[in-house]
Formats: sequence, C-alpha cells, structure tokens
Amino acid sequence: MSSSPPDRRPMGRPVAPLLQAAPLALVLLLFFVFPLLATAVVSLWNYTEYSLVPDVTQRNYVEMFEGCSNLGEGLCTTFRTYLSTLRLCAMVWAFTTLFGFAISYFLAFHIRSDTMRMALFLVCTAPFLTSNVIRMISWLPLLGREGVVNQFLISTGVVDQPQDWLLFSDFSVVLAFVHLYTLFVTVPVFNSMMRIDRRLLEAAQDAGASGWQTLWHVVIPLTKPGLVIGSIFVIVLVMGDFVTIGVMGGQQIASIGKVIQVQMSYLQFPAAAAQAVVLLGLVLLVIAVMTRLIDIRREL
Amino acid sequence: MDEDRRPLSFWLLGAVFLAFVVFLYGPTLTILVLSFQGPEGGLTFPLRGVSTHWYELLWRGSGVIDIWASFRRSLWLGLVVMVLTTVISLLAGYAFRRRFFGQGLLFNLTIASLIVPSIVVSLGIALEFRLLDDAVKAFAEEHGIEWLNEGYTTAMGLFTSGLGAHLTWTLPFGLLIMFAVFNRFPNDLEEAARDLGASPWQVFRHVVLPLVAPSLVGVALFGFTLSWDEIARTSQAIGDANTLPLELQGLTSTVTTPEIYALGTVVTGVSVLVIVLAFLGVSIAKRRAAKRVLG
Repeated sequence: MSSSPPDRRPMGRPVAPLLQAAPLALVLLLFFVFPLLATAVVSLWNYTEYSLVPDVTQRNYVEMFEGCSNLGEGLCTTFRTYLSTLRLCAMVWAFTTLFGFAISYFLAFHIRSDTMRMALFLVCTAPFLTSNVIRMISWLPLLGREGVVNQFLISTGVVDQPQDWLLFSDFSVVLAFVHLYTLFVTVPVFNSMMRIDRRLLEAAQDAGASGWQTLWHVVIPLTKPGLVIGSIFVIVLVMGDFVTIGVMGGQQIASIGKVIQVQMSYLQFPAAAAQAVVLLGLVLLVIAVMTRLIDIRREL
Repeated sequence: MDEDRRPLSFWLLGAVFLAFVVFLYGPTLTILVLSFQGPEGGLTFPLRGVSTHWYELLWRGSGVIDIWASFRRSLWLGLVVMVLTTVISLLAGYAFRRRFFGQGLLFNLTIASLIVPSIVVSLGIALEFRLLDDAVKAFAEEHGIEWLNEGYTTAMGLFTSGLGAHLTWTLPFGLLIMFAVFNRFPNDLEEAARDLGASPWQVFRHVVLPLVAPSLVGVALFGFTLSWDEIARTSQAIGDANTLPLELQGLTSTVTTPEIYALGTVVTGVSVLVIVLAFLGVSIAKRRAAKRVLG
C-alpha cells in the first residue's frame, strides 16, 4: 500500500495517506462499527425460542426494566445488578487509583537514574502481557480454605478456623481486579508525572509549601489527565467484566457482563443486545463526564 | 535538595512499591512452585515431593486436560494477529503524519474500539455473523443453490469473527505505539532523502522503515501477547473451536489437580518467551538500524 506511485500533486490532497489508513478503517468498519449497529438494530427485534423476528418492538427494553418503576417493593433485578456492578467499580477504582498513584510517584520522583526507572517500570507492566485467567488461578492456592493465607492466619492464632470470605467473594473479586488493572492507572499517571517540570516542585518548596501542600496543589492537579485516563480504563473494564467476576466470584456474583453472557447462551440475542445498548450508553455517559475534565488528544 | 539523604517518603513509598511487586508476582510464582507437586500432592501447600508428574500428564494429554488442539489454534491465531497488527498499525501510523480525509473520525473510532466494553464488541460481532448467516441461507434458498444450501453452516470461525475480534483489541494499542514512535521521529532525515531525489517508496523503505523497525518489534509483541491471552472479546465471537484462554477459563471450575498449574505455567512461559524474544529482537534491530543510518 505504501508502494503507491509518487505523489504528483504536492499542492492537492495526497491520496497515499488515505490508502495507508484504509486497512485500519476497514477492520474497524467490519468488526466494530457494523457489530455495534447490528446490536442496536437487533435490540429492537422480537425473538422466539428458535429465531430472530425482525419487527420493531420495545419488548426487550420493557422486560429489562420490568418492575423498576415500583421502588416500594425493593429494587428490580436490573437495578440490583447495576448497583452491584457499580459498587465493585467504586471499590476497584479507589484501590487501583491509590496504588497506581503511589507507584507512579515513587518511580517518577524518587528514582534518580533513568535506567533504573525504566527497569522498574517494566517490572510493573510486564504482567500485563501474561494471561489474566492464569493470574486469577494463581490466587486459588493462596486464598482457598486450605490455602496459604488461612494456614498462616491459623498458625499465628489470628483466627481459629479457616476463613471462607477470602475466596469466591467480593473480596477476592476486588483483589483480582486490583491485581490485574492497577497497571492501567500506573501507565497514564506515570506518563503525566514525567511531564511535570521539576522546577515547579522546587518553586513550591522555596515558596514554603509543605510536602503535602506540594502534592495537593501542584502534583495532583498536573497529574489529573493521567488519573482521568486511568479511571476511564478501570471503570469501563470492570463495568463490562464477566470473566474475573465469574472466576473469582465462583459464578455467584451478579454483573451486567454476566447477564449478557447468560442471555447469549440461552440464544436470547435481542435481550442481550438491549442489555449491551444500555451498558454502552452508561459507559459513554461516564466517559463524557470524565473527559469534560481533560482534553484526551493533548495527552498522546 | 540534599542529594545524599533520602526523605522518609522515599522509604515509605519504596516499601509500598516493593509490596506491590510481591503482590504482582507472588501468586504466579506460587503456582510455578506448586506445578512441581509430587504425584500425591494437592492444589495447595505442603509440597508432597517434587516431580514433573503433572507436566508429563499435560504433555501426553492423558490427564483431565487435553489442550493441545486449542493451544495450536491460539498460537496460529496469535501469529496472524501479530503480523496483521504490525502491518496495519505501521501503515496507519505513517498515514497519520499527514492530513487526510476522515482523520479525526478514524482516530476516535480507534480509541472507541479500545474502551467500549469487550462483551459489547463480542456480542456485536456474534450478531453480525448471525445476520450474515441468515442472509446467506435465505439467499441460497431463494435461488435454489444446492451446494450452498446444504454445505453452509456459519461464517463464524477462528480466522473470520475470531480474528476480527482480536484485531479490534490489538490495533488501538498498535496505533498508539506508532503515534509515540512517529512523534519522536526526526523529520529532517526524510526531507533530506526527498531533497536527494528519493521517491516516496524509497524514503519509506530506506529511511523510515529501518528507523522504526525496533518499535515494530514492540507492536508485534503486543499483537501476539494480547491475542494469546484474549478472552472477553473472543468469548461470543469464536464459534465452536475454543482458543486456549477460553478452555482455561472452563477448566478453572472443573480441574482439581495441580495439572492446571502446570498448564498455567506453560502458558505464562510462552508469554515470557515472546517478551524475551522481543527484547532480543529490539536490541538487534537497533544495532542494525544504527549501523545502516550512521555507517
């Protein structure tokens, strides 16, 4: 594609870039744009046990929110699922942001040699390139009833019988998420911190700011873009998740991703599509609110 | 600032950092150790002897798990995804250095492809292929095309819907890496080549390509490893033939012997091997590029 003939119209719009970008555009059209359109259309279709019925109906959305207007009888299933997912989101977000920030701060401001910084940065990011499922499985021998943690707790006398809440619980789900996704915060926050002009910190110090004041009034505002990008990643990953919640929650904990997956396995495609549309809408809303805080394109 | 004495915050954050690294690598090392359990050993400590028993079971495929079919599928898919991701990202990254029609839209689509929840993308691809299948069947029936009517089941598969699903995940990373590369790319070398009368293809082949080659290894590394480990986007869009991570996910709830640790260690081993190869590749490519440009 790059072997396109020499551009003979230097003043006009060159054709070469269009051709060079065409494969990317084609892949995204076929496997991203069309699928999203298909989802939106099918979410309005009817279905029977065997087949899709292409008439326009609101059935899928109506069924999804059935009983949701009547708050007196407790929350409907859909709201409960969303609430449970959002709760996980909030916990994971808090921990990943805290750890991600602390780690980036250490790397960016406390390590003095560039080689050392790069090496430690790679140590923190390399696990991203290994399998998520295996990293989840790795927790089983630690957290199980006869696992290392329980053995340790019992032998030190902290507890006298094995603790069940360590595995297949909210705790293990959040733990696994933090394990898997802290790096999505570390990378953009580190990137933002490395761009901070070191003279600003010295200026703050010279002007008499304490360490906390420098952190709060100089470092955090300048790190905001990285924090926002990291938060978007974590929130979106957790909101759509079904693998981690499934494996680490022992298939017991509800999530939106799981609802979609189950509906797909029962071949209720239009119902799953409606769920997906609502999930996508919510995610886009979150992103819209968060990007109000920064200009993402300037960060790249 | 006093250069010699570290402030208290250094030690505190250093401790947090260290704890985090242990947290990050500890579990993986645990299953590495436990995968060498003796034949009598269970899923957790203590170790009952040290053996390669579980690896032998895994290798023969005679234990609970026979994963070599999906292992091969994932390997092939990963290699194809790697090559396509590298080529497509390089071309697109190169294109973005100039203005072209629809540039902003394409950029936003690529970012969107990264952040739209994977389950939504996966479901969408599944629906797309289902609609396609229905259309093909209806077409075959209407026109009475016998062979199509009988032989056709679905267009879904490893190298159609599966490949597409993986590319929606790997290409955004590839493009972002290429952006970072081309942002730091020296424009004057290209201009010099052009002034000396090089055609656009010659500029690309003899100036740009050697200079970005080391970074392409990075793109390839992301392409392969992200595909090798992908689950969420593959899950609905793969058809009948599971990839390795999907098999693994199924095994988490059924396998109760250390064989699964052996398998986990092997899969992680492949990732580590690819990372090491990539690092070697980068250093070789850099040396060659330096030689070519400077001497």
